[in-house]
Parts: sequence; structure tokens; C-alpha cells
Amino acid sequence: MCLAIPGKVIEAFDQGGMRMARVQFGGIIREACLEYVPDTRVGEYVLVHVGFAISKVDEEEAHRTYQILEDMDQLSELMAPVVDERDRHSQTPHPTTAAENGATPPANGVTRGKEGD
Amino acid sequence: MKYLDEYRDGRVARKIVDEIQRVQTKPWVIMEVCGGQTHSIVKNGIDYLLPEGVELVHGPGCPVCVTPLEMIDKAHAIARMPDVIFCSFGDMLRVPGSEGDLFTIKSEGGDVRVVYSPIDCIKIAQANPDKKVVFFAIGFETTAPANAMLAWRAKQEGLKNVSLLVSHVLVPPALAAILQSPENRVQGFLGPGHVCAVMGYEEYEPISAKYHVPIVVSGFEPLDILQGTLMTIRQLETERGEVENQYSRILDREGNKTAQKLVFQVFQVGDRNWRGIGTIPHSGYHLRSEFADHDAEKLFDVAQIATRESAICISGEILRGIKKPKDCPVFGTLCTPQNPLGATMVSAEGACAAYYAYGRHLNQSKGVDVPIHSVGGAA
Repeated sequence: MCLAIPGKVIEAFDQGGMRMARVQFGGIIREACLEYVPDTRVGEYVLVHVGFAISKVDEEEAHRTYQILEDMDQLSELMAPVVDERDRHSQTPHPTTAAENGATPPANGVTRGKEGD
Repeated sequence: MKYLDEYRDGRVARKIVDEIQRVQTKPWVIMEVCGGQTHSIVKNGIDYLLPEGVELVHGPGCPVCVTPLEMIDKAHAIARMPDVIFCSFGDMLRVPGSEGDLFTIKSEGGDVRVVYSPIDCIKIAQANPDKKVVFFAIGFETTAPANAMLAWRAKQEGLKNVSLLVSHVLVPPALAAILQSPENRVQGFLGPGHVCAVMGYEEYEPISAKYHVPIVVSGFEPLDILQGTLMTIRQLETERGEVENQYSRILDREGNKTAQKLVFQVFQVGDRNWRGIGTIPHSGYHLRSEFADHDAEKLFDVAQIATRESAICISGEILRGIKKPKDCPVFGTLCTPQNPLGATMVSAEGACAAYYAYGRHLNQSKGVDVPIHSVGGAA
């Protein structure tokens, strides 16, 4: 769990005063906090560890590292449940697929789509 | 697969190994200090690619592994409390305490939740104002900015029902402790890449200088590890002891200053107990007194729990590079990932668990240390 996973910033937004982003990791989309890499722009790649971008990476490095992590079975942290504050009593038990959620992925969820970006 | 092939290219690996063979004149012992590197070395059989006499030993680079048993028991005691929602990274759920693990507690009705990010606890706390949300804040420096942000936000937003059970450890003091030991065999280190992406590598320079030992901050991909090993051996053969950066495409000497700033605002350095090793001075983070309202150790009346580690387990010596899993009489028999006896077997990133995962306990004819698989793409 000491490895960070590279992903592409596909949307940046403010949430409760924190700079956040939706980041695509292969076929998985999760939220990440951009507070520690504040100059990150949409379209750039970042290394994300437990929901926090810790540095930028170039696209080539991001692709290669992601593939190696996948090969090493080191992507399990991305599959942790999504906390949805609208639901007071439970967590989404498993990441959902893009198909289950329609074409537009939920702003607050893990989305599994097709590989690549 | 273009990029993957590039960094697992067997021809490039062979060239690096040939170069290691060319420069190496003496036996050397090199330790990696990152669970990801350990995993990569064992999975790809990198230790078996290296020439005879270049030995890789596996340091305390897995934060789950080095979390002390008494802290795990403390976590379990809090998680069992009826008004608590206990949140943790997934890796900690299967780590056994003196009585069961977090999964057991969950199955018995405890509200134990796996979170992706520490700040998920903010949402959980806001949605459950009548509950106490406790986050098990473990990790090395890589994880500290994320955990610091949880404490910071909880304080800023006045979320009285959020607290952190902190068991944070730091790499440089562990390296110093290993080097100070009279039994030490380690002559050079592969430094942890993603830890240094946050902290930079400046703080390794005094250790390298004091003990005259090479520390080469490296990535975790097979060619990174081979390249880092070559750079370490070049230093050893020319009697240099410096900090070098193999992973310059990711990190620099300074690290992420923005992240460090918040980490130092939230945490202060103090002594920490490392499972298998014992207490190392100034080797961990504790919440600063300003965050006492969010410090689970202060908020919950969990008395010091007496714990006892297995008498057979040699994980302490493995973590210090003195022994390897093959030296353990119960590796893969009495001690398995399903029934771990100590630190290096409790998490997939521990040396024993990695050796087990890649079948090194099975090849009895050649000795338990030999991989049964062909050397992956790096061969």
C-alpha cells in the first residue's frame, strides 16, 4: 500500500473548499484530492495515493506504470467502496459498471468502463 | 502493451545484469525498503537474475506489516465499541490481532468500513452525527499527506465525531536503526520511490554520510530495481556512500513541499514501536496537541494491551536483513498468509507473504528460497 497509482484528470471541481478531481485509472474512475498538486489541469496525469494526487507524471510514464501495477495486482485500493453521503446508512458495496449507471458516470462513484482513455 | 514492454524488455534487463556482473568484484548485500519493490523483486524473480554474490534482502517497507500488535489490538477494541464506525484501508482488515481480525469484528456486528481515502471519513461522519468515526491512520510518508488532511479538515470543520488512531512510521530512522545493529549485513539500500515523491531524498543524505552507505532511491518496476541495484553496486565498488536518484522521472531532492507543509502542521515526530523490530527513536508521526480532540488514543479509554508475539517467528531478523524466509522453520507450513505468525506474513507486501504468493515454499527439492516460476518478462 505504499505505491501510488497514475491516472488522468478528467474533471476538476471544488468540494467543500477542497480542490478535487475525477481521475481515470485505466477503466476505473475515482475521485482524488488535488490540494497537494494544485496547478494540475484537466487532461494531465497525476500519481494518486489513497485518494490524493502527490505528483504529476507524463502520459507515457502513467500508462506504463499503470500497466505494471495491474500486472502486479497492485490496484486493489481502487476497488474500495465508494462513500456516498446521500446514503446515510450504507456504502456502495462494490464499484459499479458504466453500464449499470448509464452513459454518464456518477459524480461521486467508482465507474468501471472500457480499458484505456 | 508498448510501454510495459519497454520497461520489462528482457534485452535491457540482460544488459543491466551484464553490467552488474562486469563491475562487481565482491559479494554485496543490498536492502530494498518498499513493499512494492519487494513484491516486484519476488514476482519477477529479480533476485535470481542477479549474479552470485549480489544478495537482495527485504527491509521493513510494508506499513501494514510493521504496525505493532498492541496497536492492532487497540484498533480492534475501539472497533468493537457499539457507537463507533471504524474505518480502515482494506489491507488492515485481515491482519489478526490477539483475538480475530477486523473482518471477524464486522461479522459480529461491529461497524467496520473499508475506505478508499482517509477523507471518506468526513462524509461518513457528516452522515452519522450520532456515531464516532475512527480512522486507522497507518502508513509511511507516502500516506501521511492523506491522513494529515483528514485531521486538518476534521478540525477546520469542527467535526467532533472524527478521530484518527495514528500508527505512522518513517523510513529514514528505520534505515539508521538497521545500520546501527551489531548484526547488520546491509551495505546499500534501494530507497523507496513513492515515499520520496512526497518527502524528497534530502533527509537520507545525513544517514548516507554518517554510515558511508549508498542509498539509491528507486522505482519499483523490474528495470528500475535492476538499475538501482547497478547504481548501488557501482558506489560500493568505488567505495562511495551517497544518495542517488534512479527515479528522477518521478521525484526530486525536495519532494512535494505543499504536502510536507500540511504534514508538519498536523503531525510531530516521536518514537514508534515497529512490529518485529521494537521501538525506534523518532521513527513515527503523532498528532500534534492542537489535534488532541481528534486523537483516538486520547479519546478512547483503551488501556495498554499486553500482547505476545510468536516465539518461532523470525520476522524481526528478516525485516533487518539478517535472515530470509527460507531460514524460518515454519515458513509455508505453520505460518501462511491464512495463518500468519508475524509481521512479514500479515500483508501481501511483506517478504514472507510475497515469497509464499509466488510459490517459493513449494520447491522443496531445490530449497524453499527458489522460485518455481520462470523469471517473468524481465528474463
